[in-house]
Amino acid sequence: MSLFAEYAISALLLFGGAFTLIGAIGLARLPDFYTRLHGPTKATTVGVGTIMLSSVIYFSALGEGIDFSEVLITVFLLMTAPVSANLLAKAAMHVSVKTMKGTEGQPWEQ
Amino acid sequence: MFDRLSFPQPWLSLTLFITWQILSDGVSGASVVLGLILAWLIPQLTRNFWPERPTFKKIWIMPGYVLRVLKDIVVASFSVAWLILSPRTPRPAFISYPLHLENPMAISVLASTISLTPGTVSADISNDRKILLIHALDAPSNQEVINDIYNRYEKPLLEMFQ
Amino acid sequence: MITTALYLTIAMVVLAAVLNLYRLIKGPDEPDRVLAIDTLYINAIALIILLGITLGTRMYLEAALLIAVMGFVSTVAMAKYLKQGSVIE
Repeated sequence: MSLFAEYAISALLLFGGAFTLIGAIGLARLPDFYTRLHGPTKATTVGVGTIMLSSVIYFSALGEGIDFSEVLITVFLLMTAPVSANLLAKAAMHVSVKTMKGTEGQPWEQ
Repeated sequence: MFDRLSFPQPWLSLTLFITWQILSDGVSGASVVLGLILAWLIPQLTRNFWPERPTFKKIWIMPGYVLRVLKDIVVASFSVAWLILSPRTPRPAFISYPLHLENPMAISVLASTISLTPGTVSADISNDRKILLIHALDAPSNQEVINDIYNRYEKPLLEMFQ
Repeated sequence: MITTALYLTIAMVVLAAVLNLYRLIKGPDEPDRVLAIDTLYINAIALIILLGITLGTRMYLEAALLIAVMGFVSTVAMAKYLKQGSVIE
């Protein structure tokens, strides 16, 4: 495997892992449900997508032929993350979860 | 029930066919045949779930839009990561966004885009499909967020669908 | 070099899973717990992919795909249950 591929794979792996971790930190430390919703929908999706990308490059660099199954999973995650975020936000409005102090505007009644 | 060999939704059929080729181990005769069968059967079976067929006006804007959204997703996660790690408390807001789009399919594409891009999650839509409720993680001003979404995402979608 | 990066990444993802578990246990509301499970299954997908790279096999991709599909469906089911008290209308 070329040195360049090794650097690229390592960098992408660390980047993906860091973003997955940041998404989880956001989930653990942000103050209310609606703000917590932002961490997993963005940071975690990007993190896992990057890890998939490094997997594609790794197996392609090993010379096993290019296989795009990982890309399929990434696209699936990118399509489903907003849907589950939206449904969870609706559910949260239905059970009227508390919003943090200083939130501007109101969630709608369900 | 089945119109013989008609593809009511060519784009859905094409997507299904390509997805099947990626899923199976390499393109072979068997996977092409099975892919064709699936691409025909699934749109036929799910026909009742698609009340209105989405109509595309300018489909060639699509790739540029997808690229821009992908770029924004990466930028978005950097800004969200920065907010999560910085000690100051964010300033969240619920924003009512006035929709210009009318096609339900286009609205759901816009809502998904909003959820994946900087600091905003779409939370709900009013019953008459005129207003979208957005939760922003850190909004300096509501009007700025609304203008941003309109110029970056809704305008190209308006051109694409209406 | 890849091995070191791989182990570091696995450590970070596992730490992320532990933080999700903390949110899952602490709550305080049901949507928080569902959100924690949602994030947890995405982390599980990442771990499976990393395991595949470590062992040098692509066999686990199907498992990752299945977890992605089933995880999404269960999140939708739980969100609907919270919202209307039943999953199927």
